[in-house]
Amino acid sequence: MLSIKNLSRTFFPGTVNERKALRNINMELGDGEFVTVIGSNGAGKSTVLNMVAGKLQPDTGSVTIAGKNVTKLADYSRAKYIGRVFQDPMAGTAPTMSIEENMALAYARGRFRGLGLGVGSKRRELFVEELKSLELGLENRLKTKVGLLSGGQRQALSLLMATFSKPKILLLDEHTAALDPQRAALVSRLTKEIVERHQLTTLMVTHNMEQALQLGTRLIMMHDGEIILDLNQEQKSQMTVQGLLDEFGKIKGAQLDDKTMLQ
Amino acid sequence: MITAVELGLIYAIMALGVYLTFRILDFPDLTVDGSFTTGAAVASVGIVSGMNPWLATVLAFFAGMLAGTITGLLHTKGKIDGLLAGILTMIALYSINLRIMGKANTPLLGEETLISPLRAAGILGSWSSIGIFFVICLIFVGAIVWFLHTELGMAMRATGDNQEMIRSFGVSTDNQKILGLALSNGLVALSGAIIAQYQGFADVGMGIGLILIGLASVIVGQAIFTQRYIWLAALAVVFGAVIYRLVIQLALSVGLEVNDMKLISAILVVVALLLPKWKGFQKIVKTFKRTPAAVTAKEEVGTNA
Repeated sequence: MLSIKNLSRTFFPGTVNERKALRNINMELGDGEFVTVIGSNGAGKSTVLNMVAGKLQPDTGSVTIAGKNVTKLADYSRAKYIGRVFQDPMAGTAPTMSIEENMALAYARGRFRGLGLGVGSKRRELFVEELKSLELGLENRLKTKVGLLSGGQRQALSLLMATFSKPKILLLDEHTAALDPQRAALVSRLTKEIVERHQLTTLMVTHNMEQALQLGTRLIMMHDGEIILDLNQEQKSQMTVQGLLDEFGKIKGAQLDDKTMLQ
Repeated sequence: MITAVELGLIYAIMALGVYLTFRILDFPDLTVDGSFTTGAAVASVGIVSGMNPWLATVLAFFAGMLAGTITGLLHTKGKIDGLLAGILTMIALYSINLRIMGKANTPLLGEETLISPLRAAGILGSWSSIGIFFVICLIFVGAIVWFLHTELGMAMRATGDNQEMIRSFGVSTDNQKILGLALSNGLVALSGAIIAQYQGFADVGMGIGLILIGLASVIVGQAIFTQRYIWLAALAVVFGAVIYRLVIQLALSVGLEVNDMKLISAILVVVALLLPKWKGFQKIVKTFKRTPAAVTAKEEVGTNA
């Protein structure tokens, strides 16, 4: 479903600040596979995500989604294949627009937007059904401006908006990192449920090793622009946080820093 | 007084255009100073050369759209700062407007215009003409509110609200900005065309400082009415435009001169911008508005999220 080949990117080439963000990354995600990506700051995990989303261009390499090479496509042109949830709960929704209008924006993903009404009665029914699945009571507040919701509610709504139109790829960029533990747990649980229900091919970046082990069917660890560990479902189920730390400790020159890893 | 209301209602169409860019797209567009005159020039030259006034006015609308498109292209494709892109188009339009008219002033004396039948029937300057202009404004308000609730219009609102988000849902924010600027300047030019027919001439300087009138209308309207619903916000712009004209009328009647108008406009905008920040004013407003302004509510939620 998602195929990443020989992806490389160097920031500020030829200057003192030159930094190799990605060194020849290869990744194949099968249909319905849910990969969690961990790694310290600057490991390149967000860079990979941004290249899949089209926010960043690689120096070399290609990104292919469902057999279509999207490497050169602008972010909005490839958005019909991709659902995204951002780290900042404020980033995934339009604050001055109502809940139902936000749902309508998401509903039209990848389709032509014309002069038809954004929220009709038929669509409203669909939105209500989808919102009910969040169990946050948002289905009773369709006209409420999203800016009035709490961070956790907004992130749950962002998750629903990114997924209910069933994208080919779901990208989650540390989407629980900015929430308090209780809200983070809620959004984690919703993520698991939604990904399973729609069988979404998912790439999730996280700082939280616990979460990386709980969620998903595969785990990838990155360091300094390279993939250093790739665990399948069975290996992952036997892995522990301590085990991941040990793996990380094996890397030559790497600082074992719980704080940057675990936050 | 009635003339001031009439003028306010015609300028309201321009203010609705400014509302589209300034409020909906969050884009401070200075093109309007030029495109207003472009609309007036195109309509006047068209009418003088024997064109049907309706057709000439529609043509003015499209000329304005073209001007807005150029600002949009400069900003999105040329990556020029929004303010500068607007200024560039505005300055360039000054020469183009002179080219269109061939001279600095095009009189419409004795020509058949959209306004001349009203004047001939003696309606102009009466309550019935206010009624007519108000209904026309309502039609524009209705059209804009409808548009902003279509899928396309909602994508435009989201572009002004959260670009990153709406791009992730497959919308080209560049195209939305160009479209918004085109529509906005189309309305501004249309307003210019009607003003020219109302006052009986087009003048190359008639658009100077116009952005202030547009901003004053939007901001005054917003200071007085809640922004909870789009239809209310759009209607507030119309009332803002009328209030602006009445304030100007008042200023003139207490002895200030026509030459002082730009200064009065600037002061009015400053007052409208600063007054809502003053705590005493907020208290007064609270007694009128049952719900807190969406902006402050947003900030409150933002901090405890």
